[in-house]
Amino acid sequence: MHYFSEILPSLISGTGMTLSIFFWTIIVSVPLGILVGLGMKTKFKPLTWLIDIYVWLMRGTPLLLQLIFVFYGLPIIGIVFQRYDAALFAFILNYTAYFAEIFRGGLQAIPVGQYESARVLRLTRWQTLRKIVIPQVVKIVLPSIGNEVINLVKDSSLVYVIGLGDLLRAGNVAMARDVTIAPMLLVGIIYLLLTAVCTLVLHQLEKHYSAWR
Amino acid sequence: MLELKGITKKFGGKTILDDVNLTVEDGKILTIVGPSGAGKTTLLRCISGLEEVDSGNFILDGQTFDPATNRDNDSVIGVVFQDYQLFPNLTVLQNVTLAPTMVLKQSTSDAKKEAKRLLDQLNLGDKADLFPYELSGGQKQRVAIVRALAMHPKLLCYDEPTSALDPDLRREVQQIIVKLRDEGITQIVVTHDIPFAEAIADQMMRVEPKD
Repeated sequence: MHYFSEILPSLISGTGMTLSIFFWTIIVSVPLGILVGLGMKTKFKPLTWLIDIYVWLMRGTPLLLQLIFVFYGLPIIGIVFQRYDAALFAFILNYTAYFAEIFRGGLQAIPVGQYESARVLRLTRWQTLRKIVIPQVVKIVLPSIGNEVINLVKDSSLVYVIGLGDLLRAGNVAMARDVTIAPMLLVGIIYLLLTAVCTLVLHQLEKHYSAWR
Repeated sequence: MLELKGITKKFGGKTILDDVNLTVEDGKILTIVGPSGAGKTTLLRCISGLEEVDSGNFILDGQTFDPATNRDNDSVIGVVFQDYQLFPNLTVLQNVTLAPTMVLKQSTSDAKKEAKRLLDQLNLGDKADLFPYELSGGQKQRVAIVRALAMHPKLLCYDEPTSALDPDLRREVQQIIVKLRDEGITQIVVTHDIPFAEAIADQMMRVEPKD
């Protein structure tokens, strides 16, 4: 018990990094994912090809590799990121691609009749999206988004590869120093708490959206 | 008065509407009847601007207009779809007030007042706070009518209004359409239900499939 309270501060500071990656990625990737998802449905072919290639790259290679590439690879062509910025950049690019695919699926589930009925009421395209389409899409995609959100909590541990100190790395350091698995037990518990909070929030959101069908 | 002159619409190589001419007098009911595949719904979609025509003119009160592009003018044409297409994420009241507030820029309280008046008129007064999934088919249809009326259309179009209704509800929608006519609303009703069409029509138009 005494040992746990000794290592807890370093684990908590690692958790700070984990949470910071987590929140910024969600805050930026979800809206971007909606935009890219909408972009997939435009009739302007060059844009859809570009998006297809982007999504293929992001989903077709490991996130770990993308992190390494952003931090160690991009400086070769003159783009230099700080460690933290590199991590955020890679996470946002990667998660936007997944969210975009999820939103595309949700957009496809909205019947054409909804757009037509908005159109004869003379709502603009933007009003139609904001008031009618997006709320319905969000309800449809919430369970899939939830999966990605939970994944993101755990994926954030990949930032160790470019030398950032997150929760898992803090545990690793303590384990190597003190030659005991105990820190990892605590790390596991903290991850479980984080994902439990996410699960609760997601359930509340789903409940909110269950008012209508 | 709405006039259609020489309306032609093709899909691919197939001519669906071939030189259609018709006139709807103000405050009258025009029914368009014919078998499935005759182009009734296509004609309605052209009038309501959901399809662009290949040739022909629309003339409303002596002025040529293009329903497919004339979206920013005064409210012109309201549509009650066959499957109603209410917005499932909005309550009945919100379904009705959405366009008046966002498009006509009515204040929320004015729009609500007007919506409540129309809902009461069609016996939906107690349904304002329900979501569409909580309504029966007939109630959904009446909400769709109210939603269209709230935009003060010069013309109200119905696509197969009786197709999903049992005989009692059929009579009810018949009464509603006649009542709206008596209030001076011009209406076009597309249907394959001939007895229904005959019961409400001031004018009837038959369309036949082209081969």
